[in-house]
Amino acid sequence: MIIDKISTENMFLYYSGKMALNNISIKIPEKKVTAFIGPSGCGKSTFLRSLNRMNDLIDGVKIEGKVTIDNINIYDKNIDVVNLRKKVGMVFQKSNPFAKSVYENVAYGPKINGLSNKKQLDEIVETALKNAAIWDEVKDRLGDSAMGLSGGQQQRLCIARTLAVNPEIVLMDEPASALDPLSTAKIEELIVQLKENYTIVIVTHNMQQAARISDNTAFFYIGELIEYDRTKKIFTNPDKKQTEDYITGRFG
Amino acid sequence: MITSFKKNIKGVVIEGITLASALIIIAIVIVMLTVIIIGGKDQLSWEFLTSFPTDGMTKGGIFPAIYGTALLVIIMSIAAVPFGTITAIYLTEYAKENSIIAKTIRFAVRTLAVIPSIIYGLFGLGFFIKFVGAHIDGAFFGGELKWGQPNLLWASLTMALLTLPVVIVSVEEALKTVPNELRAASLALGATKWQTIRKVVLPGSISGILTGTILAVSRGAGEVAPILFTGAAYYLATLPGLGDQFMVLGYHIYVLTTQSANVDQTLPIQFGTTCVLLLLTFILNMTAVILRYRIRKKKTN
Repeated sequence: MIIDKISTENMFLYYSGKMALNNISIKIPEKKVTAFIGPSGCGKSTFLRSLNRMNDLIDGVKIEGKVTIDNINIYDKNIDVVNLRKKVGMVFQKSNPFAKSVYENVAYGPKINGLSNKKQLDEIVETALKNAAIWDEVKDRLGDSAMGLSGGQQQRLCIARTLAVNPEIVLMDEPASALDPLSTAKIEELIVQLKENYTIVIVTHNMQQAARISDNTAFFYIGELIEYDRTKKIFTNPDKKQTEDYITGRFG
Repeated sequence: MITSFKKNIKGVVIEGITLASALIIIAIVIVMLTVIIIGGKDQLSWEFLTSFPTDGMTKGGIFPAIYGTALLVIIMSIAAVPFGTITAIYLTEYAKENSIIAKTIRFAVRTLAVIPSIIYGLFGLGFFIKFVGAHIDGAFFGGELKWGQPNLLWASLTMALLTLPVVIVSVEEALKTVPNELRAASLALGATKWQTIRKVVLPGSISGILTGTILAVSRGAGEVAPILFTGAAYYLATLPGLGDQFMVLGYHIYVLTTQSANVDQTLPIQFGTTCVLLLLTFILNMTAVILRYRIRKKKTN
């Protein structure tokens, strides 16, 4: 049975009064990969960032409608944003490791949650690095600065760092767009593995990527959700002409 | 042809004038440094740095002035750096960029920075000594004059006010070099804002905070006006505590030059003291410049 992990109903988002998301209603299933595609500025990243309330950091953002995770409205007054973000992790477009060691990067989340037991931390760090498919590459240099890793390694480290907090959902904002094809392949392989345990929502510019790794695909255009269906259907037989035009490269 | 020749001449003349005025600056610096170093170099000795003035300040060293200057800048930093850093954290991390409160604070900081230093001295006298100090005496010492007079503490706090804008501006600049992506990464991991500041933002800007501190110290070490009314002493036979007046390098130069019984006799010591003060501020400023350069480099990477 498919459980809806995230759902929105008639959601609108405004930047300083200007509408950026127009009436988005979507249901995102648990332990699947859901891809958001669409041309630049279509609102897909904005929508992604409203799922862990990262938009709260931007002045002048107003959200209307319902955004629920596990049937709880995350924009309710009594929601603790800090706890929400522990449950809904995020990987950014540009890898952004802290200027700390590989170990400290991954241990950051557990540590701010108050974990200080060295043995437990070691275990969490190792598991997270293994789950992010980077353990073999860094196990001998856990104490080295994360800044010395390659771009692809840094991004997998950032994924490990996110996993170390033990989230249920991982949001990914074009996680491979700044990487070479080999690193991209590794990240894609990783994403497919991760869906066994996590609900993955990924924004991507790369349509082949969406086609390769996602179960469902949502096509956004100028702040609207144009079409949302199984990835196979979107890429072979979309209902809407705009979707077809976009995936066949006629615009965007 | 002729006009272009004229234009050429005009260009050469203008370039010459601009170059000449630039060279004058270099000349002034060279002359100043040469005079001071030549005059003072024979004075500079371990003994000069470590002994008390003797023979009505015509002989001996300047140790109490160095000691007083050191204490002054240390106490000043203890007051100004945390206060300035916290203000800078508020401005960069909490206040909305264009909110009225942030604008007001920035305006106040800019105003503080341009207030003439003698006015800080008057403020220190009026506020710290005549108001705070006098009330402490009234409340705890039965009106006996203890804290209601010039001393090291009030002078240091007055100096802290003077250097506060320097600290705030440099710490703000340092905090801004921490990329927002790192703040976002930390927050997305479920860190609170304060955890993010403490674990990511502050460690990433520590050298900038240090730069601000050094710039403040170097400014404070050279200023005389604010401590004229608030604690600087002509001569003291003992080393000062918090509640005592104190000798300080800048004021010592003034004393030697204008207040001494025999100005000509003190001339070598004047040069020596000037040399020490100059070297001190020079070293401090160089350290700040180097640190700042390293921050800029980090930022561009």
